[in-house]
Amino acid sequence: MNAFAILWMVPLFPLLAAGVSALLPRKARKPAAGLAIGAMACSLTLSLMALANALNQAQSSPGTVQTWNFPWFQIGETWVRLGWLLDPLTALMLVMVCFVGLLIFIYSVGYMAHDSNFTRFFCFLSLFAAAMLGLLISNSLLLLFICWELVGLTSYLLIGFWFHKPSAAAAAKKAFITTRIGDMAFLLGIVWLYSATGTLLFYDHGAGCLEAGAIGELLRTVTHPGMTAATAISLLIFLGAVGKSGQFPLHTWLPDAMEGPTPVSALIHAATMVAAGVFLVARVYPLMAAVPDSQAVPVQEVMHASATAPAGEAAHAPSHHAAANAPVVSTALKVVTWTGILTAIMAAGIAIAQNDIKRILAYSTVSQLGFMMMGIGTGGVAVGMFHLITHAFFKALLFMGAGSVIHGCHEEQDIRLMGGLRKFMPVTFLTYAIGMMALSGVPLFFSGFWSKDAILHAAHGWAPSTAPFYLGLLGALLTAFYMTRQVCLVFFGAPRLGTGAQHGHTPEPPHESPAVMVVPLMLLAACALLLGFLGTPAWPWFQGFINGSGSHLDMGELWAAENLRMMGLSALVVLLGVTLGWWYYGRTSPVVGEPDPLLRISPDIYSLLENKGYLDQVYEATVVRGHAAWAAGCAWADIWLWGSLVDATRYATLGLSWCNRLIDEFLVNGLFDRFSEGLRICGGTTSRWQNGRIQFYLRFIGAGFVLLTLVLIWRSRE
Amino acid sequence: MSAFILSLLTFLPVAGALLILTNWLGEGRARCVAFATSLLNLGLALSMFSRFDGARAGFQFVERHEWIKPLAVNYHLGVDGLGILMVLLSTLLVPMALMASPRTVDRPRLYFPLLLFLECGLIGTFTALNFFHWFLFWEISLIPAFFLVRFWGGPGRTGASLQFFIYTMVGSVGLLLAFVALFLAVGVFDFTRLGELATSGTIPLAVSKMTSGGATSTCISWLIFAGAFLGFAVKVPLMPFHTWLPDTYSEAPPAVTMLLTGAMSKMGVYGFIRILLPIFPAQLLTLQPWLVGLAVLTIVSSAGAAFAQRDLRRTFAYSSVNHLGYCLLGIFALAGAGPESARSSALAGVLLQMFNHGLTAALLFWFLKLLEDRIGGRVRLDEAGGLRQIMPVFTGLMGISLFSSLGLPGLNGFIGEFLIFKGVFAMHPWAAALATPGLLITAVFLLTILQKVFNGPVKEQHATLPDLTVVERIQLAPAITLLFLIGIHPQILMGPLSGFIQHVGGGHP
Repeated sequence: MNAFAILWMVPLFPLLAAGVSALLPRKARKPAAGLAIGAMACSLTLSLMALANALNQAQSSPGTVQTWNFPWFQIGETWVRLGWLLDPLTALMLVMVCFVGLLIFIYSVGYMAHDSNFTRFFCFLSLFAAAMLGLLISNSLLLLFICWELVGLTSYLLIGFWFHKPSAAAAAKKAFITTRIGDMAFLLGIVWLYSATGTLLFYDHGAGCLEAGAIGELLRTVTHPGMTAATAISLLIFLGAVGKSGQFPLHTWLPDAMEGPTPVSALIHAATMVAAGVFLVARVYPLMAAVPDSQAVPVQEVMHASATAPAGEAAHAPSHHAAANAPVVSTALKVVTWTGILTAIMAAGIAIAQNDIKRILAYSTVSQLGFMMMGIGTGGVAVGMFHLITHAFFKALLFMGAGSVIHGCHEEQDIRLMGGLRKFMPVTFLTYAIGMMALSGVPLFFSGFWSKDAILHAAHGWAPSTAPFYLGLLGALLTAFYMTRQVCLVFFGAPRLGTGAQHGHTPEPPHESPAVMVVPLMLLAACALLLGFLGTPAWPWFQGFINGSGSHLDMGELWAAENLRMMGLSALVVLLGVTLGWWYYGRTSPVVGEPDPLLRISPDIYSLLENKGYLDQVYEATVVRGHAAWAAGCAWADIWLWGSLVDATRYATLGLSWCNRLIDEFLVNGLFDRFSEGLRICGGTTSRWQNGRIQFYLRFIGAGFVLLTLVLIWRSRE
Repeated sequence: MSAFILSLLTFLPVAGALLILTNWLGEGRARCVAFATSLLNLGLALSMFSRFDGARAGFQFVERHEWIKPLAVNYHLGVDGLGILMVLLSTLLVPMALMASPRTVDRPRLYFPLLLFLECGLIGTFTALNFFHWFLFWEISLIPAFFLVRFWGGPGRTGASLQFFIYTMVGSVGLLLAFVALFLAVGVFDFTRLGELATSGTIPLAVSKMTSGGATSTCISWLIFAGAFLGFAVKVPLMPFHTWLPDTYSEAPPAVTMLLTGAMSKMGVYGFIRILLPIFPAQLLTLQPWLVGLAVLTIVSSAGAAFAQRDLRRTFAYSSVNHLGYCLLGIFALAGAGPESARSSALAGVLLQMFNHGLTAALLFWFLKLLEDRIGGRVRLDEAGGLRQIMPVFTGLMGISLFSSLGLPGLNGFIGEFLIFKGVFAMHPWAAALATPGLLITAVFLLTILQKVFNGPVKEQHATLPDLTVVERIQLAPAITLLFLIGIHPQILMGPLSGFIQHVGGGHP
């Protein structure tokens, strides 16, 4: 059976599971969980088959994309088509999402065991998985956008899963609206791309919008502010990614999204959905990286990422370096890089001053997503995606570890009130420590080291500026610092659980979580250790696979001077961060209620970071207020402006009617009345003459006769 | 039968209404008779829809009889893609409105016949091809609507119904005068014939012949346009001719509002496409920038106004204005020249949006009615809360409708809006860009409703409200299914529309 031909079944299984469990009654807890997990297992099997298929394809004809397009509906005579595709990017993402998803589904059975809405939870999770997998395989920007919105919906539903909590309801709404701001720009980018190229299929045997013909056309079109249509569309699409992947300035929803249950945070807001923005940038990379001149990259070669990968990646695949002698970096990629690195630094800084175990991880996610963006911007698809994959595993591990900690500590989330947990929860501690070291980038045995190293390496060779490289080092330092702080406060020192003044309940010792939660942790920890070896400089298999260039084992690369220097430098930075963290938080056990050591050093900076740079307040004061004012203005205009126009017409009509009435009553009727009155008076007077007295008549006749005679005499005078 | 199926479709509701009025089956059966009639009509419409040849551009199921020869009045019926879509929508909404009517409605022997007369007016409007009887149906639909609001409405019904009637009547008078003037100029009442005359340039010529020519004739032809435009702009409505709408929608009984927003507002949009675009192309082209601007204003401003409302009926009323604004944006963009693909997209989007808005808005008012029945009064944003805990099924289904209204992909609302934006962007990129905040604000107020009314802790006085009953679920199920069906498989609507879209999108309005 050809795995590619049935690729559409990968999202279908979870979709069916979601559909069926939506109709299940609330009591059907086991069937719902079983359906979801079973469907995910089927999807994982298919994904592995797809990966094998992609590996074969990479062997036989590297750099090609398998596509299958089908008609959806017609507009007049033309058909709107959708499709799915299989390339290394999709294959790797599919396996990652299915594997992490499956583990988190299993973990959820334990974590959500006491929730009354258990059935609904698995329905939403399955729906999410379906949409996410659909997003990965879609060969059409339209289908991708559809799935993109659906993962947004499930994110909304799952953040607000405990909807009776007002904070959760508000966080869910905030997440949906904030990402939708980016999505509106994304939508404009899509309709622009559609109008300009006439298709939204990525690959369509030369006629797709990511293929040479369309991109060449977009590069030739120059729009209003002097940028090419390709750049403008890329930037609009990137704004969508900014919203979804929590990049500055649309990142504020992601920390609030931690209101959702922890498995949701692990799956959606750490490993998969938030990485969809990075995936999107990777997917449309040929468009993003396109530059107008033929000097940098011949347009013909823009078909696949491998040909356009600029300098940084060349460190791992030197053969490509020679091709681009003076790499011209597109405006879009510059924007991606700078947005990424600024987000990385900012979020890492904020993470230092947070005290909620999940919020720290949330800011860490924002920061790491920034690193991925920077990786794609400076080093191409493979560099960013490598970090995406490794991050997915160790961040899911950390979140699930945090969930285990929260579970064990009876829903306590404040790290200042934990401490000493390593004795009570040994497995959680061990796996969490592995995750922490992977995230911090502790050298050699942890995956984060290799993927972060690749990004720093790429940034070092980035032509436009070396600033991202140094900022990246700073980010790595901060990362090591806040993770050490967290681990020290949670797992080391004296136990402080239940000693907080604000918690009155009797201290109950924390406990280790059940096996259904701990086993997935161990599996993920293994991945966090091993995955890094897929992309070391010695054996850049990952990069070779994504770029379609192949790879081979060459231990000598490790000892190449440049690689060695880079590895040494990043190891040094990590060591410094860990040491500093331990110095401040691990040396002595902190006391509850005592201010944070950093607060004593620099209160201003600390409170700025603790308050997340006051960005929420700024948005509250500008965007939210502005929106409310606009709405109030519209309602006001409706009543007073448009309403009064109507009223004015009404009064004008009434006035006219009154005028008519006045004219009628006084002029027309009045005159008529006067005339009639005169007639009546006249008649009355004359009628009195007819009084029946013969003398009276004779008198008149006589007078008349005299008058007539006089007239006749007068007339006959001449 | 297909020779007179359109007449049958139009007058079957009248027969049903007369049956109720004669009281032959008794007052208690009034509801059943009305429902059976509407279902029969829906069946007829569906059978017509299935036999409709979508690839053909012209009118089908045509009936044509001479009527009043000296006035060139023919009884001329027919449907093309646009017509059949609207007939289908109307016949679909009437059974929904009947199901949403209160169980024990006051004076059922008057209420149900009025609803059926309204259906007759709607179908007549969407099938008539001669101005004379088209206008009769246009007015016939208004009168039952007026009485339905006047007698069965809320506390403010007297003022609202009067405002509704007079406002709409003013528009109708403009329409009537415009067409009488056109008749005096060219002696034709037939829509298709008028369109042909406009394309060949005969109408301006005839108008200038009628007057002395020069400035007066320009003025006259603009007046004719203004009259016709006003009629449709009020009906849709286009800002600033919309102020009758929030009052009427919120005072009318919800079942009637379902028909007002679902079908009657489409009469205006239909008029724009069927009459204004083909007969007044020059005037529309001259005014195009202003009209596009007004459409954008309608979209963005009504979304803002919807957010500012506290009463859900008024929120949904403004939301209706907002959604129809997208239709108007697409139509006004069509008034100018443009690449065929963009024109077709915009037109296809407008048609889909007409159908989808009709369905979704009607559903939302239906849900609102169910909720009001339970709460025992209007639903205000600040006074309800936490209903999801006690009414999960209701929340789920209404949530689906809200997300459909928000334009979530996978449900019916998305494709129409997407195609409108795609088409408009190619011709007026800035208008499309300026209209996107409308989509965003819609999301904000719909999610605010979900947040304030359904999420959060339960209010004490609402703690015992019942969830949807089995009967209600069965009643709602077909419409909800349709939301998904159109969202996932829009071809069921787009196939039959293809001929029409190709014809009009290709530049033959």
